[in-house]
Amino acid sequence: MKILLNGEAFATDAKTLDELCARLGFADAKIATAVNGNVIAAVARSATQLAPADEVEIVAPRQGG
Amino acid sequence: MLTLYGKSFTSRLLLGTAQYPSPESMKQAAKASGAEIVTVSLRRESARALAGQGFWTLIEELGCRVLPNTAGCRTAKEAIATAHMARELFGTNWIKLEVIANDDTLQPELFGLVEAAAALATEGFEVLPFTTEDLSAAERLIAARCAVLMPWAAPIGSARGLINRGALRTLRAYFPDIPLVIDAGIGTPSHATEAIEMGFDAILLNTAVAKAGDPVKMAQAFARAIEAGRLAFEAGLMEPRDMASPSTPVAGTPFFKIERVS
Repeated sequence: MKILLNGEAFATDAKTLDELCARLGFADAKIATAVNGNVIAAVARSATQLAPADEVEIVAPRQGG
Repeated sequence: MLTLYGKSFTSRLLLGTAQYPSPESMKQAAKASGAEIVTVSLRRESARALAGQGFWTLIEELGCRVLPNTAGCRTAKEAIATAHMARELFGTNWIKLEVIANDDTLQPELFGLVEAAAALATEGFEVLPFTTEDLSAAERLIAARCAVLMPWAAPIGSARGLINRGALRTLRAYFPDIPLVIDAGIGTPSHATEAIEMGFDAILLNTAVAKAGDPVKMAQAFARAIEAGRLAFEAGLMEPRDMASPSTPVAGTPFFKIERVS
């Protein structure tokens, strides 16, 4: 299926958000996630089913002022 | 001691972590500054670059409290969503709330700022809003349960120092019990000293250290400047006056003749 990952079209067969994160190499990474504008806590990723056209955001710490 | 939302700090300098020549220079400058709070942001993470992971390792090594920002947000809605992501990512209720009105001035959009602050405070966030020197905006933010305000000295990255001294003095006088952190526009250590001498509680800066020829040395300079300003504030500054007043005793001046007195 096709989703929107960090604003770009992305094809995946991951069924859950947790699976998507793991496939992207984020299994142990310091990240936060949101699906369709709602923040999904790390503990809730495995129960979060992905659907076509979902808008997924994966963010990490960055330099800031 | 500086107290922000019940947490006490020895240093009155909050340091940004962006724009340094290298990650190592950021780390060394942060250490040299003595800052106990550093600001951070969040951005989309690329699976290829994993840029955020190395940065986070550096921040953890510093051992400072992190203050995440909502930099780049243009509306209350964006800022609220970003704050939620920041709380999840950094595990803190603290948020440096930025709602930006204009790309050229990067000035706070005060209406959106108040709206976002009120919403976030209701959700348990401890909001540190990046605001202007505007008194009525400050009143609204405090009414929205902001227990710290962060007025600008000048636009972000402009290095112009305290542009509107009169209004900043009024703000300080009007809210004697609210911690006020000067955030943005500080370009030189003397700017920081001046703000602290005026009674502001702390300084948040980034570019002036990060873009210095020697960030570590500049971090030390700011640390000492802020310490000097605080000592001066606590000591009590003399009142300025228009006319001269001799510091050397007049009585007993040799060769003194009464006819010389005008």
